[in-house]
This record gives sequence, structure tokens and C-alpha cells, in this order.
Amino acid sequence: MNWVGRRLPRTEDPPLLRGEGRYVPDIALGARAVRFLRSPVASGRIVSLRAPAGLPPGALFVTAADMPEARGIRPALRRFEYRAVEQPILPRERVHFMGQPIALIAAESAELAEDLLEQVELEIEAEDPVVGLEAALAPGAPAVHALAPNNVIVEGAIRPDGFADAMAGAVHVVEFAFRSRRQNATPLEGRGGVAEYDRATGRLRLAASCQMPHMLRSGICEVLGLPEADLQVVAPDVGGGFGQKMSLFPEYPALVWLARRYRGRFAWIEDRYENLIASAHSRDQKHILRAGFNAQGQMVALEADILADIGAFSCYPTTCAVEPLMALAEYPGPYKIPSYSVRARGVLTHSCPAAPYRGVSRPVITFGIERLMDRAAAAIGLDPVEIRRRNLHDVFPAKSPTGFTLDEGSYIEALDEAARHLDIPAFREAQAEARRGGRLLGLGLAVFNERTGYGTPAFAARSMEIVPGYEVVDIAMTPTGEVEARIGASPHGQGLRTTLAQIIADRLGIDPLAVRIIHGDTDRTPYGWGTFASRSLVVGGGACQIAADRLAAKLRRGAARLLQCGEEEVVLRDGLAVTGAGASIPLREVARIVHQRSELLADEVGFNLAESGSYDPPGTFSNACHGCIVEVERETGAVRILRYLVVEDAGRIINPMIADGQVRGGVAQGIANALLEEIHYAPDGNCLSATLADYIPPTCAEIPEIEIHHLETISSATLTGAKGLGEGGTIGAPAALCNAISDALAPFGVDIAEFPATPPRILALIRGRRAVWEAA
Amino acid sequence: MNKREVVFTVNGETRRVLVEPRRTLADTLREECGLTGTHLGCEHGVCGACTVLVDGQPTRSCLMFGVQAEGASIRTVEGLAAPDGTLNPLQRAFWENHGLQCGYCTPGFLMLATWLLERPTPLDEEELRHVLSSNLCRCTGYQNILAAVRAAARELDRWTESAPA
Repeated sequence: MNWVGRRLPRTEDPPLLRGEGRYVPDIALGARAVRFLRSPVASGRIVSLRAPAGLPPGALFVTAADMPEARGIRPALRRFEYRAVEQPILPRERVHFMGQPIALIAAESAELAEDLLEQVELEIEAEDPVVGLEAALAPGAPAVHALAPNNVIVEGAIRPDGFADAMAGAVHVVEFAFRSRRQNATPLEGRGGVAEYDRATGRLRLAASCQMPHMLRSGICEVLGLPEADLQVVAPDVGGGFGQKMSLFPEYPALVWLARRYRGRFAWIEDRYENLIASAHSRDQKHILRAGFNAQGQMVALEADILADIGAFSCYPTTCAVEPLMALAEYPGPYKIPSYSVRARGVLTHSCPAAPYRGVSRPVITFGIERLMDRAAAAIGLDPVEIRRRNLHDVFPAKSPTGFTLDEGSYIEALDEAARHLDIPAFREAQAEARRGGRLLGLGLAVFNERTGYGTPAFAARSMEIVPGYEVVDIAMTPTGEVEARIGASPHGQGLRTTLAQIIADRLGIDPLAVRIIHGDTDRTPYGWGTFASRSLVVGGGACQIAADRLAAKLRRGAARLLQCGEEEVVLRDGLAVTGAGASIPLREVARIVHQRSELLADEVGFNLAESGSYDPPGTFSNACHGCIVEVERETGAVRILRYLVVEDAGRIINPMIADGQVRGGVAQGIANALLEEIHYAPDGNCLSATLADYIPPTCAEIPEIEIHHLETISSATLTGAKGLGEGGTIGAPAALCNAISDALAPFGVDIAEFPATPPRILALIRGRRAVWEAA
Repeated sequence: MNKREVVFTVNGETRRVLVEPRRTLADTLREECGLTGTHLGCEHGVCGACTVLVDGQPTRSCLMFGVQAEGASIRTVEGLAAPDGTLNPLQRAFWENHGLQCGYCTPGFLMLATWLLERPTPLDEEELRHVLSSNLCRCTGYQNILAAVRAAARELDRWTESAPA
């Protein structure tokens, strides 16, 4: 029986469907409630901070002065151009963004804590804030942190020899400057934690809505100077993360400090307002691209200047370099670009810190290069499909200009497949017909590759002080024959309990329901890196396969002894160890004997059925082509998606149902990025996007059916053949949609150079302009 | 702050609780009744994660006070499955159609869809999208949620391909 490749319903689901999931707010019942006093201004000096008069018994008021032993959060990058700005848990003197925690109140209930917050006497001398990239880089701009006098916290550049000559040799030069606006990942459950001191053992336990429990433990222990053995971090059911729950936020060390200092149980459950203004933002970028093409429409040189507004502090552990330097490293994407010159800068402003959000910079760079391709196609007189065909990698493994090895993919095949399904010639006729009736239809494509499942060497190349990458899986069969696999990845909706069980079940010849995946608990799982960057199924899955194979060997050895045959004669299937001669023994019987009749098997297998596997792959590139057809309403600027399709190549698909779910969910977030969601700041640094009525995630009325077509290129870059696909949907959608909108607006001689492409932006583009057919 | 006694039924069981008048129904259900299946996503009435049925109507329990539920009959996600945990047809359809990922929005969607499937008029595509667009899901992209409710409606003979004229 092959379990890999089957649409197995998730074992995670039944409790969640009965309302029996256990999320952090569910664990928080009965704990003392913690609320944070947050800065009302973007920049200022704390003049005085006093506790509410008449703090009721049992209530606590805590400021930086109460926790002198707590260090700040110090994300570090081993690059000389990186300014190691430190974020205090609670600030002593200055505030750097609106929403920054300043002090906390703990009380019997959240309502009471909020009442008391209003009575805190806080005096802040507000100062002129630096808001937005332009202000931060203006000559004479105030410095957000003295460590970075020009507000550049990190800078990288690649200036290859011969670039100027390559560009000078171009027949066509195409430029594209654009702006990507600020977003919030908006998991439906916000951040939150429950910290508890166990008086019996003297240990601390933090249940947190997080993606990286081990990393969170390391970060908190570093800040508070605690031994890691004394802190257990648990990620219970987690209501979405999308990158936002990777980072160490000051609220978590504060919570653990409270539990330790007051030997009690404290819970902080953030509300949506806090999540929107003070968790983590992303994608606030401005790029200027210049590309040279030869007469055949092949790109000969690409120059990029990248600016990322990273907010007021760097994030831990990835650092704020994650956006600008990923854009720098991955811009060429799926294209053959002989000469690539780039500069990328991370810029400090008085706004919420930026941190990874699904796809990180790739939705932005894919928007850039794919919009550039369409501009180039128009300038050179080529069809959008044809110009991409002429530039995509078609020989693998290929080398990117920044040194990546692109393993085997299906870049051109995916493009052709998408074009075929879209039936572009038929669409062009429909488009012309619609234009005659005054309707604006457009078609857009986005081709990209997605770097996934990368291990230690890839992260080490980023010069991070903390280098993620590998995964370790500890596997064991119990005396009653179930398999427990303890993983370092930390799923929160990705269905890994099911997919990893499918992988293990195939290697051991057992039912996936006999496999228990244990995750999200630093006491019960090996040190690992959690779930992010489309890595868990590739890296954790590879480690599961290695561990399961070792366990299988042990089981075969034991069974061979019991069945009196050679080890090589034993096959594991259907829960049995079977010999070629037809003799068999249930695996659970082997397991029972190993544990409870060890005198029979100890010589062959020892005293347990425990094994460990670790996997640290170099990384693999998935690839995809997104295609869509939109209608733009001329009177309102509204965009309606008439068709959306994805041709995805993520190698071997372990569970097609879950894979498609990842793609569709990703595309929905990409559609939000393309059309709807934007965090706004007022010029005084006040975050205006404070509710879900201001920051607008899409509903099912905005998300169309998404067609998915799979290609399965099995490359040798991963052990299971699976490549990651968690982020791809989000990466491709802004480019595909904005290309389609630009195609629709082409008769007006305008295109999209800022996203989200909201109705006001679209109306502003065409205001006062006439379509070509009206111009005469 | 003074607490008041409130009596209502939840999933058929009478509950007598003491709550502050300002405590929302959602918090009352979660904290006073221990029914944590009802989740809070925004606490300002946009996301719909906290949807429960109050006297048969889908209700954002974050926008209603616990004291307003005096005498009401409330249904929450905990009341959907059989006592032995067997999923009902709607829950099963969510499972089979992969209508959830992180599961946080799921109870709200289940209660909204429960109301939809119990109405006397059969459900069609337009009505389905219209009603379900009142709740947010951040993981699934909605397609599988719609598919799940469609499948349940078919199984329960509540589906029609087009709206009655």
C-alpha cells in the first residue's frame, strides 16, 4: 500500500471540527491577565511613567525599572554593514513606534487590566518621527537610532565586472520603478502566551502561539539569562502564522519574567488592534529596475536598486535583512540573466518592525521582474509568453547570477501549460470584442521559481548569527506497535501530522493512523527550527524518511531472528514482517518482544526501537506559472477576477488535497496583497489601519475558484522528491493580477507600478485619460 | 464591577452564570461556561470567528453582552457532534473537503453554515457565497469551505443548482 500521493483526510481535523482544539486563549483561562501599555506616539522621550493610583490587591504594574536584569533583543548578522540595533523588552527612555510596549499591568481579568491601563500616568515628549522611506533617506533626516546615522540599517550590493559593458550592448533598455505597500500577515488568531511557574520543579512553561518553539525558548533565555533546561515552550494549536509568529517579540520575555518573578501564571492574549499596529509588518518596499535586452528579446543585463522600510527595530532571529537581502539574492528568479548588478538597503523608520510574511520579498521581486517582462514585451514587440520563453532557464541544473544552483524544474513547460489552459488567442478576441463595448478585460501571467526546503548552508550564507536549517526526527515504536515521531518542525495548519505520517507509513509498511507525530513542545521534541520558508515537508519529511528507514532496518533484524531467516528476506508491509517463504509476524509482536522479552532479541536490536534521523538539504526550487483574466470597471476602478489558474511544480506531491489547499490559501493572500490589503500610516506616525474594517482581508466574495494543474518534476535535490509549496501562491498572485490589470488598462497608456492596485489607485491612473479608441 | 446573574441554555443545557454586565457573550461562553470552541478573531464584529446561534439566528458573540442572553437558547460548535464525538454531516464534509487548515475560523463557519442549512429555503451558489462572505478565513482561500457546505447541503437535500424564480 502506497500512502504517499493519496488524498488522505487530515488526522488533525476531528477535534478542531468539534471545537475541541486547544489554542493559547483556551489555555489562558484562569491565569492573571496581562495587558501592555503601548506608545501613543511614533517617536518620543518618556518623561514620566507612574502606576495607577490605588492599584487593587493582586494587580501588578511593571516597567523597565522592575526588570533590570533583562537584556534587549539583539538580532545579529555577521556583516559589517549591519547596524546591530537592540530592542528593549520595555523601554527606559525612548519610544520608537506607535504601539511599542512601554509597561504592563497584570490583573484578575483582562477587563480590569484594561481599566487600570487607562489610569497609568504616562508623559511622553513627542518628537518629529521619521515616517516612510522618502523621509528616512532625505538629506538631514533625523536618525531613528544613533547607531545608523543615515537610517540605513543594512546594505548589500553586487557590482560584477563587465556590467556596464553588458548594459551598453543592449538594444532595448526597459525601466520600471515601483512601490509595494506595507502589509500585515493577519493570522486569524493573534499572538499570545501563557507563562507559568511550576513551584514543584522550579521550571517555567510558556504556551505561545508561535511557529518556532525552540527558537523562542533560546531567544527568551538569552534575554532573561535563563538556562534553557528551565524553560519549556509549547506551541499548542496555533491559529495561523504566515511568518508573523516566527519572531521573538518583547511581550514573551516579559510574560516569562512575570511568571518567574511572581511564581504564578500569567496570560497575554493580544487583541486585533495590537496585532494590526504592533506585531510585525512587511513588504514596504520601493524598487527601481533597469534591464537591457538584445535584439532577440533576451535580457543581457539587469540592474536593481532595492529599498525596504524595516520599521523601528530588527526582528529576531532572521534580522530585518531578510527582506532587502532576499530581494537582492533572488531577483533573477527563473530567468537567464548574464549580468546582474544590485544594491539593497534596509531603512529604519518610526513604524512597526518588519518581519517575514509568507514569501517574504518574493511577491515583490516577482511583481518587479514580471511587470518588467510585460513592459519589455511591449517595447520590443513580442508576445508576453514569447519573451518569457526566450529568457527562462531550460537546462538544469542551472546557476543563478548570485550563485544558487537551480535544480531540475519545468519553467517553460509550466508557462506553456498555463498559456494553453488560458487559450490566449481566444482571449484576445474576447478582449477586442469587450473593448468595442467599452469593457476592459486583461490577461496576466507570472512565472517564478520558489526556493524551498533549504538547510544550514543556505542560511549560513546569509551570515545570520543564528543559523537555522537542519531538522532532526526521533522515531520510536512503542511496545504496542504504534510509531511516535518527534519533530522539530512546528505545524500550524499545514497538515504535517498527516503528510509526515504518510511518508513514515510507506517506509515501515504500516497504516498512517498508527503514526503519531509529536511536535510543538521543547520538552518532547528534538531541537529544531519550526515551520516557515516552505521547509517542513521537505526537511522534516526527509528526516522522517531517514529515521523511519533506520527503524525499518531494526525491525527487519528483529523479525529475521524471530522468523529464523536472513534479514534481507524480510519485507515490512501491512503491519507485518513477511518473508519470501510466506512466514510472517506482526510488527507489534516484534515491538512487544523487543521491549518486554528483551532476552530474545537484545543481541540483534538492543533494548528499544528508537532511532533518529537528521536531514540538512541544500535546497530545491519549486516553480509555477500563474495566469489570470480580470475585468476592470472603468467607473469605479474595481477589479473582478474572471479566471485564475496555477500550474505548479512542487515535485512529488505527498498529499494532493493538502498541497492544493496550500496553493489556494497562498493565492488568496496574494490576491489580498495585489488588490486589497494595506497598512496606512499618517504623517505623524500614527498607524491608521487599526481594525479589520480598515485593513481588509478578502472574503469568499473576492476569491474566485482557483484552478490548479500539477507538473511533477522529481529532482535529486530532495530525499523524498517533494519540493516546498507553502509560499508560492502568495508569490505569484500580485504579479499575475497586476499584469492582467495593466493589460486591461493598456488602451489608456498606463500600467500598474504600485500595489495593492486599489480602486482609487486605478481610477487615479486613468483619470483624465482616454482610451486609444476614444482619442481620435 | 458588580456581577449579574444570567440564565440561558447552551446546546440544550441550562446555564446559570454570574457575569459583569460588560462581559461579551463570547467571553461568557468561553470563561464562565468553559466552552472554548467559540473563538475570537477581532472582537469588533468583522471576522465572524465567534459566530454562534442565538435563538436560531447567527450572531457575532463578540458584539453581544452575556447579560443580553437572558432566557436565550444558544448553540455553539460543541453541540454539533454526537455525544460520542461522531461528526455530523456538515463537520464531516469540512473534513472530507479539507475545509480547514489552522482551524481557528472553523467553529464560526460551522455555525454560520448550520444556520444556512437549517433554513426552510434550499441553498444555491449565490446565496452560499453571499452568506459565507460574512466570515473570514486566512488559510484556505475559501474554495474548500464552499465545497464542504455544498457537499453537506447535497447530502441533506438542501441544495439547488439555481435560485427559485
